[in-house]
Amino acid sequence: MSEAVRPVADYATDFDHHGAEWVADPYPIIEDLRRRCPVAHTERYGGAWMPVRHEDVAAIAYDTEHFSSRTVVVGHTRPPRDIAPIGVAPPISSDPPFHHGARRVLLPAFSPQAIAKLEPGTRAFCEELVDGLEGRDVVDGAAEYAQHIPVRVIADMLGFPRQDADLFRRFVHDVLEGVNDPLEERFEKVQALFGYLEAQVEDHVAHPRDDLTSYLLEAEMDGERLTPRHVVGTMALLLLAGIDTTWSAIGASLWHLARTPADRERLVAEPELLPTAIEELLRAYAPVTMARLVKEDMTWKGCEMKADDWVLLSFPAANRDPEVFEDADEVVIDREVNRHAAFGLGPHRCLGSHLARMELRVALEAWLARFPDFSLADPDAVVWSPGQVRGPRRLPLAVHR
Amino acid sequence: MRVRIDRDRCQGHGRCYSLAPELFQPDDIGDGVVVGDGVVTPGQEDAARRAALNCPEQAVVIEEEA
Ligand code: HEM
Ligand code: SF4
Repeated sequence: MSEAVRPVADYATDFDHHGAEWVADPYPIIEDLRRRCPVAHTERYGGAWMPVRHEDVAAIAYDTEHFSSRTVVVGHTRPPRDIAPIGVAPPISSDPPFHHGARRVLLPAFSPQAIAKLEPGTRAFCEELVDGLEGRDVVDGAAEYAQHIPVRVIADMLGFPRQDADLFRRFVHDVLEGVNDPLEERFEKVQALFGYLEAQVEDHVAHPRDDLTSYLLEAEMDGERLTPRHVVGTMALLLLAGIDTTWSAIGASLWHLARTPADRERLVAEPELLPTAIEELLRAYAPVTMARLVKEDMTWKGCEMKADDWVLLSFPAANRDPEVFEDADEVVIDREVNRHAAFGLGPHRCLGSHLARMELRVALEAWLARFPDFSLADPDAVVWSPGQVRGPRRLPLAVHR
Repeated sequence: MRVRIDRDRCQGHGRCYSLAPELFQPDDIGDGVVVGDGVVTPGQEDAARRAALNCPEQAVVIEEEA
């Protein structure tokens, strides 16, 4: 069990992204911070900052000179400095000059052309899931639908056994939501993940096949094979980065449509609007907040930042900035100008963004085709995940026939 | 009107080639590249502007007089 989070007195000076009111709905807090201070601070987690303006979030995302990606999940300890510029899970944990090559290795496997080939299989799986839910009055859109989709897709891409799906979900939970666990417990949980991946690597070394794991084992960077640590770190990243992010995005979209009949009816009537609507749902309910570590003591836009302070990159806050978006707090499903940052900005732009968009579109198409009319069965029963990836984890939906 | 992509800014978000496939296409790593010489024919102007306004990196450049 995670330790309980100490109540937050004031989010401007003592914020906690695991705080109860933040988890339930961070947006009113973000708007309050936007008026009072553009950069919030906390002594928690050994010191952390959180800008809420798009301009500031972008500036930090671009500034790899002063901010390191050595780790991107805020915790109570910092990894040793000498793990930079590679980090434990390249390329997300990597800094220049290593980052570019580690990212380049993966890009072709995640290009729009490569992802398009995965669409028929993804669609068949989504249809299988809705088939299984048919006839029920209440279904959990997060636990019984959204979460299964990215797990299946990434397990197939990496060439892992499909029946290990429950295990992957546990790894995700342990690593991303367990930051307030006692350290020893946290260490053991991370070890369990790496142990699993090492076994998969051994199996692929013995039996190479046409999947991403074998691809990584063969891949070269600067004329040399990737080190075993690099391969396992990247596999951990792909497993973790793709699952609860996409699950959150699908779940938040269903949540919005369940409580906004006008938008839902419009998408059922005009399915060609879906790609535009998805961009808006990604903007309004951006699931991911990343983090950086300050490299050296410095004054940044008036903030006295210390080496190894965290900086939270709140893409959700950037996406609601009224300086950049008209009616920023409203969901406008046919919004034409939408320069949102849900997939990040700059050199670490989400490598899986084409995959995530495909999954999101196919998941919503399959759902809406089968269940055009649905609503929240019990708004109070919806449970959101804490921490840096935000989405519904319990989402009881009443399906009307 | 002519479009061009600033290669130093482009990070492969892919908004341009999704919104205006007649003007932009992905390369093998998903970065945007201009189709042909980038000249925008009448009727494609809105698509060109939409791509520019939706690129998160502001990498799509529109040259009005060309
Ligand atoms: C809606 C779903 C998703 C969202 C909102 C999302 C968001 C993000 C964001 C904001 C970043 C930037 C990280 C940073 O600046 O430090 C990122 C990076 C990354 N994402 Fe995603 N992601 C999603 C789905 C996926 C999927 C499906 C995959 C693939 C399996 C994936 C793989 C990655 C990788 C490998 C990186 C690191 C890229 C780099 O450091 O160069 N993501 N993602
Ligand atoms: S939308 Fe912008 S960043 Fe994305 S591919 Fe096009 S030019 Fe590049």
